[in-house]
Amino acid sequence: MQSPGQLELNRRDLLVSTAATVAVSAVPAAAQAQNSTGETVQTTRIKLSVNGKPRELEVDTRTTLLDALREHMQLTGTKKGCDHGQCGACTVLVDGRRINSCLTLAWMHENEEVTTIEGLGTPETLHPMQAAFVSHDGYQCGYCTPGQICSAIAVLDEIKAGIPSHVSGDITAAPEATALEMRERMSGNICRCGAYSNIVDAMTDVAGRQA
Amino acid sequence: MKFDTPAATNPIDQLKVVGQPHDRIEGPLKTTGTALYAYEHNLPNQAYGYVVGAGIAKGRIRSMETAEAKRAPGVIAIVTAENAGKLGIGEKNTAKLLGGPEIQHYHQAIALVVAESFEQARAAANLVRVEYQSEKGRFSLNEEKGQGKKPEDGEPDSAVGDFQAGFERAAVKFDAIYHTPDHSHAMMEPHASVAAWDGDKLMVWTSNQMINWGADDLAKTLNINRDSIRLMSPFVGGGFGGKLFLRSDIVLAALGAKAAHRPVKVALQRPLIANNTTHRPATVQRIRIGASQDGKISAIGHESWSGDLEGGQPENAVQQTRFLYAGADRMTQTRLAVLDLPEGNAMRAPGEAPGLMALEIAMDEMAERLEIDPIEFRILNDTQVVPDKPSAPADETDPQAKAGEGGNKDLPFSQRQLTECFRQGAERFGWNKRNPQPAQVRDGRWLVGIGVAAAFRNNQTMDSGARVRLATDGVVTVETDMTDIGTGSYTIIAQTAAEMMGVPLEMVEVRLGDSTYPVSSGSGGQWGGNSSTAGVYAACVKLREAVAQKLGFNADDIEFADSKVRAGNRSLPLKDAAKDGEIVAEDTLEFGDLDKKIHQSTFGAHFVEVGVDSFTGETRIRRMMAVCAAGRILNPKTARSQVIGALTMGAGAALMEELAIDERHGFFANHDLAGYEVPVHADIPHQEVVFLDETDPTSSPMKAKGVGELGICGVGAAVANAIYNATGVRVREYPITLDKLLPEMPDV
Repeated sequence: MQSPGQLELNRRDLLVSTAATVAVSAVPAAAQAQNSTGETVQTTRIKLSVNGKPRELEVDTRTTLLDALREHMQLTGTKKGCDHGQCGACTVLVDGRRINSCLTLAWMHENEEVTTIEGLGTPETLHPMQAAFVSHDGYQCGYCTPGQICSAIAVLDEIKAGIPSHVSGDITAAPEATALEMRERMSGNICRCGAYSNIVDAMTDVAGRQA
Repeated sequence: MKFDTPAATNPIDQLKVVGQPHDRIEGPLKTTGTALYAYEHNLPNQAYGYVVGAGIAKGRIRSMETAEAKRAPGVIAIVTAENAGKLGIGEKNTAKLLGGPEIQHYHQAIALVVAESFEQARAAANLVRVEYQSEKGRFSLNEEKGQGKKPEDGEPDSAVGDFQAGFERAAVKFDAIYHTPDHSHAMMEPHASVAAWDGDKLMVWTSNQMINWGADDLAKTLNINRDSIRLMSPFVGGGFGGKLFLRSDIVLAALGAKAAHRPVKVALQRPLIANNTTHRPATVQRIRIGASQDGKISAIGHESWSGDLEGGQPENAVQQTRFLYAGADRMTQTRLAVLDLPEGNAMRAPGEAPGLMALEIAMDEMAERLEIDPIEFRILNDTQVVPDKPSAPADETDPQAKAGEGGNKDLPFSQRQLTECFRQGAERFGWNKRNPQPAQVRDGRWLVGIGVAAAFRNNQTMDSGARVRLATDGVVTVETDMTDIGTGSYTIIAQTAAEMMGVPLEMVEVRLGDSTYPVSSGSGGQWGGNSSTAGVYAACVKLREAVAQKLGFNADDIEFADSKVRAGNRSLPLKDAAKDGEIVAEDTLEFGDLDKKIHQSTFGAHFVEVGVDSFTGETRIRRMMAVCAAGRILNPKTARSQVIGALTMGAGAALMEELAIDERHGFFANHDLAGYEVPVHADIPHQEVVFLDETDPTSSPMKAKGVGELGICGVGAAVANAIYNATGVRVREYPITLDKLLPEMPDV
């Protein structure tokens, strides 16, 4: 199935341009930095790597990493659920570690490597975790899903790296990818549709294959 | 197509594609972030809107100072009630979506600041200075319920026999009051819209469950022609009833785009959602049950009080009590008080969800008083006819009217496997291991208990239309304004079309959520799955006729299978029918009055095991199982997901969800996802779902009903009953937090 949204956009007669072309024009231009009252907008030029590609953009210093991805780079796979670090829908991997991209400013990530859901796989070539979410129906409305998947991948890596959690009985022993460990570590990613039971099944599937 | 007689055998019964646990067809899009939700439709030259919400619950805006905000960097326009022009109000809205000067509830939208960037709009919104003339409001249901009035619409009261006399006479009596709090939908995707005008034509990408209602009410609100609106909602990041109606994001995006002469995108900021949008209203419920010593219910009464803004609706929490258990003398009563809190409205299983949270604790309490097993007590009072409708309005000549033999005019249920749900669940869950004495089972520091509750939700149907295209390459495309809010609509609609046209699922394209497509049932009231696929069935019947005609088949035994059309010895590829060009068929499934002649409901049984920490009173759910009887299950994988999601939301209602009211200022204080607690991964164990084999030919040609709301009905009470079994502490006020358990917990 193709994205109906994209299909629709292509045949808008009203809107000549496609979403892809907005990528550049949506970057706040330097020219608008000064308004009629003479106040200026602080912008800064940053360089970072997103999904393996170097990116350079001019952003308002107040722009979160989340909005830089969604509004400036058109990487809308990362979702804004709360904008306050409460829901986890905006989870991305920065230098291999998961973070809430709404709680960090874009310019703080100069020269860092950001991986978003789009960098993990495509509809044609799914990452094993994405495929497991599909086969276990680890989602419903799909809005928390990119964050859940980014978190799920990071959680299995954290367990493999021996990082303990609140439910680890012995913090000096190597943690295992048990349902209890996964549920604890995934609890920053809310799914209001309530796909939790299936998400743990999907993660267990992937963890089993990895082992 | 009219549906007024029970469905006979039809192509859906082949179950080659329908009824199979197919993965969601949009799964690869959702899991790769390529499914585009409303706010993600980026348009050239777009601007950003930021909503200002009212800082009082009731009163007037004395002055609004916007000059400073207007001068702020990047600001393009500021929309307020003063400059927005005359606005109407949607038929399904109670409060205005753009308030001012009168304020009807806290965080009612009063301005939209439009700027070049989100950051600029947000900063400028903070510069809007508002002075209010506050008025005294009514914010406490407990205080206002005495002034509650009988609602004018619906059936607020019901009576059969003489409840008062029957209750007085009963050998064993039970009478208790229960409280359920206000709940927030808290769907993950905020209400969001992108609006663009082209002359007087308005295009809006939004996140809405009911495209047709939304377009109608947007036209009414903006006082524009309905035909000049195009509303699109191809992906909806959760709704649960919170996106059934036109909300402020759509109206403000449209007004902002008009003022800015540019496309404008607006997402409600998360901290606005709980007070700006709708919520499930709190209830106070009184339940009285009278029974004989041997456990037969003779009298049952259920009263409910809830509140809403002036002109609003009651929470119909007594609904299920009219249908669920037998008993000769019965009454229900609904009273509605006026509250100046935000607008109350539908949330997943409105009525039954809070109603069963109370009724099914009452049944547990009564069973204990009678010293009867809670499952046996329910089975003993099961009924195959609607207990509060003594005579069926059916036409005597209708075969359905004879369903009750010997001239019995009872209104039968089309299917009712409540007892079977309990029997199978008890067997699978290990009910016989439950100790009926509370507070007896320990596992280390944990007190362990098992609880049960019935699930019940009436089946509703809604007329639903679809258009089906057969392309020259044999691809079948379905277009309907139906939405997929996570329910699986894309997939079951594709399965329906594949089954009807005899093609593999991969040969079906589904396009949803666009007001230029035929009007569907939309997503609500658990009617969407059955109704929308029935509409697709109807359109496919027409397409089959058109194909047969084109290919020169006129036999009755025509078959569509393996991408071929066959009759007798003749067989042709389906796509040959479209070789001269695409064939298009459209129809609407119109539901007649079958549901008046035979009552359609869905049933289930919930089983829950909890552990309650004997020291802290913290409850952990250990096991959950739902057994459901809900007609044909169109896709067991997505249907199961609907039920586990409903179990999860039910667990939230039992243990943590409550919009806390600030009664001084009249607003929900915990208005974000940190304050309004919903279940997280760590709260939810593995969940089991069992669907009983059932088809209901009276519900639609699909013979399906719905499960998405059935799944939440009764869950809260099953948890409450398990907690009681674990601890011996009976809590009648949700959520069951540890502070309510601790004072009465058994000694450690």
